[in-house]
Amino acid sequence: MTYLPNIIFAIILISGIGFFTKNVKKLRRNILLGHDVDVSDNKSQRWKNMAKIALGQTKMVRRPISGFLHVIVYIGFIIINIEVLEIVIDGLIGTHRIGLKLLPTSIYGFLIGSFEVLAVLVLVAVIIFWLRRNVLKIARFWKNEMKGWPKSDADIILYFEIVLMGLFLVMNATDSSFQAMQSGNVISQFIAPWFSGLSEASLHLVERSAWWIHIIGILVFLNYLYFSKHLHILLAFPNTYYGGLKPQGQFNNLEAVTNEVKMMMDPNIDPFAAAPEGAEDEVPAKFGASDVQDLNWVQLLSAYTCTECGRCTSDCPANQTGKKLSPRKIMMDTRDRLEEVGKNIDHNKGEFKDDGKQLLGDYITNEELWACTSCNACVEACPVSINPLSIITEMRRYLVMEKSDAPTELNNMMTNIENNGAPWPYNQMDRLNWKNE
Amino acid sequence: MSESLKVPTMAEFMAQGKQPEVLFWVGCAGSFDDRAKKITKAFVKLLNKANVEFAVLGTEESCTGDPAKRAGNEFLFQMQAVTNIEVLNAYEVKKIVTACPHCFNTIKNEYPELGGKYEVMHHTQFLKTLLDEGRLTIEGGKYKGKRITFHDPCYLGRANSVYEAPRELIVKLEAELIEMKNCKRNGLCCGAGGAQMFKDAEPGNKEVNIERTEQALEIKPEIVAAGCPFCNTMMTDGMKAKEKEDIEVMDIAELIANAQDL
Repeated sequence: MTYLPNIIFAIILISGIGFFTKNVKKLRRNILLGHDVDVSDNKSQRWKNMAKIALGQTKMVRRPISGFLHVIVYIGFIIINIEVLEIVIDGLIGTHRIGLKLLPTSIYGFLIGSFEVLAVLVLVAVIIFWLRRNVLKIARFWKNEMKGWPKSDADIILYFEIVLMGLFLVMNATDSSFQAMQSGNVISQFIAPWFSGLSEASLHLVERSAWWIHIIGILVFLNYLYFSKHLHILLAFPNTYYGGLKPQGQFNNLEAVTNEVKMMMDPNIDPFAAAPEGAEDEVPAKFGASDVQDLNWVQLLSAYTCTECGRCTSDCPANQTGKKLSPRKIMMDTRDRLEEVGKNIDHNKGEFKDDGKQLLGDYITNEELWACTSCNACVEACPVSINPLSIITEMRRYLVMEKSDAPTELNNMMTNIENNGAPWPYNQMDRLNWKNE
Repeated sequence: MSESLKVPTMAEFMAQGKQPEVLFWVGCAGSFDDRAKKITKAFVKLLNKANVEFAVLGTEESCTGDPAKRAGNEFLFQMQAVTNIEVLNAYEVKKIVTACPHCFNTIKNEYPELGGKYEVMHHTQFLKTLLDEGRLTIEGGKYKGKRITFHDPCYLGRANSVYEAPRELIVKLEAELIEMKNCKRNGLCCGAGGAQMFKDAEPGNKEVNIERTEQALEIKPEIVAAGCPFCNTMMTDGMKAKEKEDIEVMDIAELIANAQDL
């Protein structure tokens, strides 16, 4: 019987981690539904970007208030998790505060003391976050795409963090042996008096409850990640590693088009010649993207990485002037459609069955795509190197090259380029006339 | 005045068996748009003044394909690119300067993968080099002490991280350089990019160029400096719509040329 708590703990821990692992595998499978893309170049630069942007939060702090608060929550999250290590060991082998057996009291006290201070800072930051969303109603949190689940999701995450931090402090405050040590209880000593009326047994019960709910809460939160926008705490790292390295103005080159153009331009080629063996495989099924499987896996990784902060949308000139386009919605739609495709695959024994839907039209409309000025403000704004513009471009490519579905004025512009080498109907032979005007 | 402009073509250089120092890529706007042609001429005057041996492609130049690429027409873009690269490579062009950030971005970043590798400069960068080398002097002239703000073109600024060359030139004019709320990497688009120049905006509650013009008006400039023919058009239209036509929208090349009464 004495081992019962250890066994229960192990079962909870294993199922918590196991369930999460299962979902991570699903996540990986979904991301790899995207096209392959070569991102094996410039490894050192990529590591640097990850260190700077994800670890160092350099782009977060470009907006000083939310950036500063985020840094607090981020540091708190990482450091307080050291405490989780102790909880796990205690839970598994049935010790109480094993850290005290391994470390001198002063060092242990210093560690727990820092965790307590951070827990309070995180609490304050998270409460300010909640106020910014719900009381100040900062515009980017109240755009159309944030209605319903995305709004609740954001609040749920904040409540999770408030409860977890609260439990950590209560757990320490009601631990009478820890309080008696007089080391490390920098914050919890002020919470302890709240429980002074309780008997030793009740105090112990509160402490144990806080301890158990805290660790279970952490495991629930871990598993909540997959169902929420909060995956960025993990995916920000790979996403900043794989993020763009080229100048933002450089749009990718479509290799398949290059091959066709070269054939068209080569006077020696016989247009009626039979295609060489295997050549058909080189021509892609379609140009551009109408669904998530047409995007590359880094774009799909980015869709899962997006935490819906809306910095992209608030910097987007189209969105600022009331157009339907919201770069954040592009990412959210991509993720939601990818989830839908993933579930479809789950239900159909590992194979995708056409569901009559696609990213284009059912999620993202032509109107949104044609509102983009390709100014790169969204790319610049993203704190975790997401590039919504690349998805917009791929979808425009599909509209233009597969569907010939561009706005009439753009078709006129393109016809002009084709015929006169300029977007306007002027003769190429007149190009130097300005010299004599 | 036009007879004083020296605008040799690559073909003429070739005929003499010579190579120019730099190719001036004029671009479609610079060749055909009435407003942009003035920028082209102002830049040529400065090149002439600094005795730069430059050449243009003239009738052999064609659209870089930028608006086609941004609109999603990769076929048309690559057709244009490959044709232009053939011409440029046939002339063994090494260095290109252009007054259009869209041409600049496309040739600099997107031509190399298609076989066109050149050193490409925006005209503000090139003018800055001429200044540094002592080949060009810049006087403040009538712009001395004027409040001038610079509107960052997206395809020069964010797209290629060129923020300082145009500003250094404005400072050389002894003008008072003032910045809008959104500048440099946070610059707000004029609304023309991504092929929007050639279509009506999608439904919304404002035009992007009006938003940007309002940002400019907030800081009460006497002149809005631009470095892109499309931005220039958008900002000029914005000032017209706001009935603030007394605030001039000028390309930096024009400012420098005008200051010296060229």
